Amino acid sequence: MGFFKNLVETSRVKSPWIVHFDCGSCNGCDIEVLACLTPLYDVERFGILNIGNPKHADILIVSGTVNYRNAKALRNVYDQMPEPRAVIAIGACGTSGGIFRDAYNVVGGVDKVIPVDVYVPGCPAKPEAIIDGVVLALAKLKERRSTKDTDALAEELHKAREFYANREDRKVVE
Amino acid sequence: MDAKTVIFVIVALILAPIVGGLLAGLDRRLTAWCQGRFGPPILQPFYDVFKLLGKDRQAVNTWQIFCAHIYLIASMLSLALFVIQGDLLMIFFVMTIGAVFMVVGALSTPSPYSQIGAQRELIQMLTYEPLLVIVFVGIYFVTGSFKISDILAYERPIFLMLPLLYLVLTFALTIKLRKSPFDISACHHGHQEIVRGVLTEYSGPYLAILEIAHWYDIILILAICSLFWSTSFIGMIMLLAITYLAEIAIDNITPRMTWKWMLTYVWAVGITLSLFNMALLYAKSF
Repeated sequence: MGFFKNLVETSRVKSPWIVHFDCGSCNGCDIEVLACLTPLYDVERFGILNIGNPKHADILIVSGTVNYRNAKALRNVYDQMPEPRAVIAIGACGTSGGIFRDAYNVVGGVDKVIPVDVYVPGCPAKPEAIIDGVVLALAKLKERRSTKDTDALAEELHKAREFYANREDRKVVE
Repeated sequence: MDAKTVIFVIVALILAPIVGGLLAGLDRRLTAWCQGRFGPPILQPFYDVFKLLGKDRQAVNTWQIFCAHIYLIASMLSLALFVIQGDLLMIFFVMTIGAVFMVVGALSTPSPYSQIGAQRELIQMLTYEPLLVIVFVGIYFVTGSFKISDILAYERPIFLMLPLLYLVLTFALTIKLRKSPFDISACHHGHQEIVRGVLTEYSGPYLAILEIAHWYDIILILAICSLFWSTSFIGMIMLLAITYLAEIAIDNITPRMTWKWMLTYVWAVGITLSLFNMALLYAKSF
């Protein structure tokens, strides 16, 4: 059983499938995310695929500020991803809300709605920085267990409770 | 059935997914090379499958789980039937049952992407299945039997008698491999329109099961291709290598087409080629 576990863990690091969610970004970061797929950067050599389906994906890349309309959509995409998963917030807007943080319709960064593992700053974030962010997320992904593992489940539950306890700070009111 | 056959079947069932995965890895590498990229490691499909096996079980309903397993079992069974040198028509029917169950699993969910993908997959099956039957009938005309043991006993390569029907078989191979221009039901590149089509609602271990079953299917179709040059080992390998490289080339130079184009083009060209080949056979026999 240990052999199979090791195999799965190695495979998880070698085959991160990505779903990219544009949370009202100006498309600057989105173009940089897509630039990673081009022959110049070619992220497929690390097994990274832009899969476009949250049910198949391991890593959720979010660019742009979260506003009151798309907060639910973001939450929905995140909920559809099976564990183990990781979230990367891209760009100034994704990490904190950027220059739009005080706008009347803006909730703030991605971490106001879902737990974020890696923050990639920049306006727009460079493709090199995005690839670096994915590599950082992989290190976190390796430690994750699928929810079958009870210890990991307890840890996740603890995190979720903490997240829930801080809900007042992140409150999304329309 | 003696012990030797059982061992053959077990070896084939173990080797087939390994070879299928390696072929898929080689395919991705060559495609990347065609596009001026470096490409993933050859073992990448295995990493993908093992990762999927280790993910959370998440299913929309129990039908999906059932259908994924039936697809795998049917694919394994049809390959086993090939190894024990059974009947080509029987193999064909068992393979079809598996493919239909995969579609039923996709249809059991309310997701529109899954539904559209399933409908397209059904049209793909409608396209290639008559052609496969015609190919088997052509083989019957030459060798006088649907049984693989009799086809292998035929002293000349049947490719020389059925070159056009071999072309028809490669149409079916292209559709079954999900390659351009026929990759309309579950394309890697059609995110905007169908997400992953028929595979959209399968996730985690169930997607891995479908992938492994797909490898079995590929190996089975390649094995049927290999019947066309069964007299010499080198000829067989050459034929398969040329066929597969041609598939990769076609995949890279053609765009994804619509189902209407696929149905009209494949049936028109396929049935014309088959008729022509049959006419040639008759002309020879007189």
